[in-house]
Amino acid sequence: MSTTIPIGPFHPVLEEPEYITLQVEGETVVSADIELGRIHRGMELLAEEKTFDQDVFLVERICGICSASHSWTATLAMEDIAGITVPDRARYLRTIVHELERLHSHMLWVGLAGHIIGYWTVFMWGWKYREPVLDALEAITGNRNNYAWYCPGGVRRDVPDDIWPPIVKAMDEFAEKTNLLIDVILNDPVILCRLKGVGILSKEDAIAYGVLGPTARGSGVDIDVRRDESYGAYDEVDWKVIVQPDGDCLAVGVVRLLEMIEATKIIKQCIKKLPKGEIRNEVREIPRGEGIGHIEAPRGECFHFIRSNGTNMPERHKMRAPTFLNIPSYRPRVKGETISDATLIFAVIDPCYSCTERMAAIDSDGSRVANGHDLIKLSHQRTEWLRKNL
Amino acid sequence: MNATKWGFKKSLWVFHLNAGACNNCDIEVLDCLCPKFDIERFGMKLVGSLKHADVLLVSGSVPRRVVPDLIEAYEQLPQPGVVIAIGACACTGGIFKDGYNFAGPVDKHVPVAAYVPGCPPRPEAIIGAVVKLLGKL
Repeated sequence: MSTTIPIGPFHPVLEEPEYITLQVEGETVVSADIELGRIHRGMELLAEEKTFDQDVFLVERICGICSASHSWTATLAMEDIAGITVPDRARYLRTIVHELERLHSHMLWVGLAGHIIGYWTVFMWGWKYREPVLDALEAITGNRNNYAWYCPGGVRRDVPDDIWPPIVKAMDEFAEKTNLLIDVILNDPVILCRLKGVGILSKEDAIAYGVLGPTARGSGVDIDVRRDESYGAYDEVDWKVIVQPDGDCLAVGVVRLLEMIEATKIIKQCIKKLPKGEIRNEVREIPRGEGIGHIEAPRGECFHFIRSNGTNMPERHKMRAPTFLNIPSYRPRVKGETISDATLIFAVIDPCYSCTERMAAIDSDGSRVANGHDLIKLSHQRTEWLRKNL
Repeated sequence: MNATKWGFKKSLWVFHLNAGACNNCDIEVLDCLCPKFDIERFGMKLVGSLKHADVLLVSGSVPRRVVPDLIEAYEQLPQPGVVIAIGACACTGGIFKDGYNFAGPVDKHVPVAAYVPGCPPRPEAIIGAVVKLLGKL
């Protein structure tokens, strides 16, 4: 005899509206369902109605936390179509902003994970140490989030040399504070009890579900776009990919914590090696053609496909964010765990629904996958229903 | 002193509702809680249940699917209660106003007491808006 427990749609633990139903027997979760679609904003169609220059600013707003990742991916796709190369200085500046974003995204996750397991102190610490990163981003790009930093051919503005010493100092302090956090988290018996051996995703499952980013690397799958298909300045600096074999919540957390240390190293090396020169190559037009861009966002591989028909607007702009592949791995993870761990296991992939909600419809038993015509029909029915009920 | 003013005299408890936002406004709202801005020194606190809240912070462009949820959430807000729209999307629709799934902005569905524009608004702007609103009530 199983009971259904609803979580959401506006749950204080989960920042975004989503609806999870857990089937439980006693305290044990036997199955879980996730209902998405509340943040579907019609991003892909909007992208087709804007020019290439405007598109970069639109895709930034897919997700506030990985705004640099999405805009870089879109510009890579545009440069792929037009065959444009980027000046060296711009490559380094792009890499610096992208790694700063990884720092603040991972630190945000560490804070939220602490909040979920009931450690308000970890939340406060994590978010306190995150502030200097946002200040650094503001010093470089002019805004704390939504940087508007990338544009086809390079970056939007140049920065003077005197802003770098405070940022290097902030990175040193950040690495020191992260080491402190790692030390605290790995030696606290209560945190270990909550994280170790909870929500295990085996390597086989990780490959079968096609998970990406820290979720995959926490399960022992050694993938990272930054190394495998290098872009930006990643092949010119010294860093390593963090992989943990265990696949539980602790392993994913450790991957994120150690990645922050690596990110500070990348930033410092990039600042040291930063070449002088142009920051932007002029782009006269985007010719007819197709292009892709993919990079390693903080949550995994982010992928954009753009088809151009020779006008100043894209004919098709397909975006795929990493959470789209990471969410289904919730099911094998949560099976057999207790209800109290369910939200933590859900948060371990660092879900980002605003990234994910392009469009997908699957029946609850998994038997039917809808095609484009079905989706349009469903959408009409839903609109009719909403009109009647509003 | 009228009833509304009396209701807001003590600490304000805030419930934060994401109605189709991109996370940016939401993390800036959470940033208000962190030690750098520390909104709790004004007695403001983010609460987990709508039934405990005085203020409803709404962010996001309100896609069609969220509309029934938003209205239901507003009806659950104990009165006297105020709604604050956070961010360009919640105020006007912002960059998403031409989207086919756009059913907002927030003030089309629920009465809004204060607007905080910006993409995303800085934590100082959010704190400033709440303080200004309290002075006006």
